[in-house]
Amino acid sequence: MSIFKKIITAVRGGANEAGEAIVDANSTRIFEQEIRDSEKHITIAKRDLTDVMAKQMQAARELAQLQTSIKEHEGYAMQALEQNNEALAIEVAEKIGELETNAADQQQANESYLKSADRLKELIKKSERQLTDYKRQLSMVKTTDSVQKATSAITDNFSASNSKLLSAKDSLERIKKKQANFDDKLKAAEQLESENGDSSLKAKLQDAGIGAQQSSAQSILDRLKAK
Amino acid sequence: MNIHKIATHLNQLKDATETGFDFDCTPIDGDIDVLQVEILGREEIPIFLSISDNQILCIAYLWGEDEVKADLKANMMEAMLEMNIPMPLSAFAKVEDKYVVFGALSINSSLEDIELEIVTLSDNSLEVITEMDTYLK
Repeated sequence: MSIFKKIITAVRGGANEAGEAIVDANSTRIFEQEIRDSEKHITIAKRDLTDVMAKQMQAARELAQLQTSIKEHEGYAMQALEQNNEALAIEVAEKIGELETNAADQQQANESYLKSADRLKELIKKSERQLTDYKRQLSMVKTTDSVQKATSAITDNFSASNSKLLSAKDSLERIKKKQANFDDKLKAAEQLESENGDSSLKAKLQDAGIGAQQSSAQSILDRLKAK
Repeated sequence: MNIHKIATHLNQLKDATETGFDFDCTPIDGDIDVLQVEILGREEIPIFLSISDNQILCIAYLWGEDEVKADLKANMMEAMLEMNIPMPLSAFAKVEDKYVVFGALSINSSLEDIELEIVTLSDNSLEVITEMDTYLK
């Protein structure tokens, strides 16, 4: 069964009651061991691949050398024939035959190394895909497990502190009320601020003798005398 | 990254906040460490933060199965699915019988990223409850 299915089945079936884990700790450990094993296999396969590639390069180099050598000896044979030295030409031809056999062997080795390298590369890719998948699945199990543990810690905390769980609507209502209250306070403070601002301006104007002046006792007396 | 580092950072922010909110963090004991993050003025809907091997999970609990109007449940689910991608940084989920919004961050996230995640999650949860109001008792 896939991990995904296991999680769904366990959550639906209420297997998580009484702290029972989705996948028990032991199987998580087995899973982690499998991941470590795959990682080890990939490391070994990569080392093998390096070996094979080195051998293939060596074979290719030797093949190239043999081919150069064959060309060289073909030149020698032609020169011997031009000198009518049949005996020497045959000797060179025998050498060429020897070189060609070697070249065929190297050619074969080269091809077989190339094939193994391709196979190893494919194997490594496949193992890496598998490893990524293992890790993804393990992360799913671990996350489910940790969310479960976190939830039970939160639930325990709630019941321990005796705090009543509000409904979503009630919570929102309270938060909005607090926000409105805060906004009102802010508005009141602003109003107060602006009133203070007004009165301080008035005082400054009065000091400067601008605007309505406070009537002094002397000015009242003057007014009465004038009647 | 561990929850105590996050708690210390958020609690000391005050005026240095990048998001304009005040935080109050309390670690909760249990099998794994959980940090309860309250945003001042929004204490009713705290954010719970936990850290596993490869990610930081932030969860806000929205409402329980018992708060959903049974005959409108399918409509609510559809509305949630439709809202899932447009909703920034968060996604819907269900934990046991509770509907939640959550965000998952890389274990290498900065403290500023975490602060932004928490605030966005809180904004999202308030908005979601407002929008889904018709489906709830």
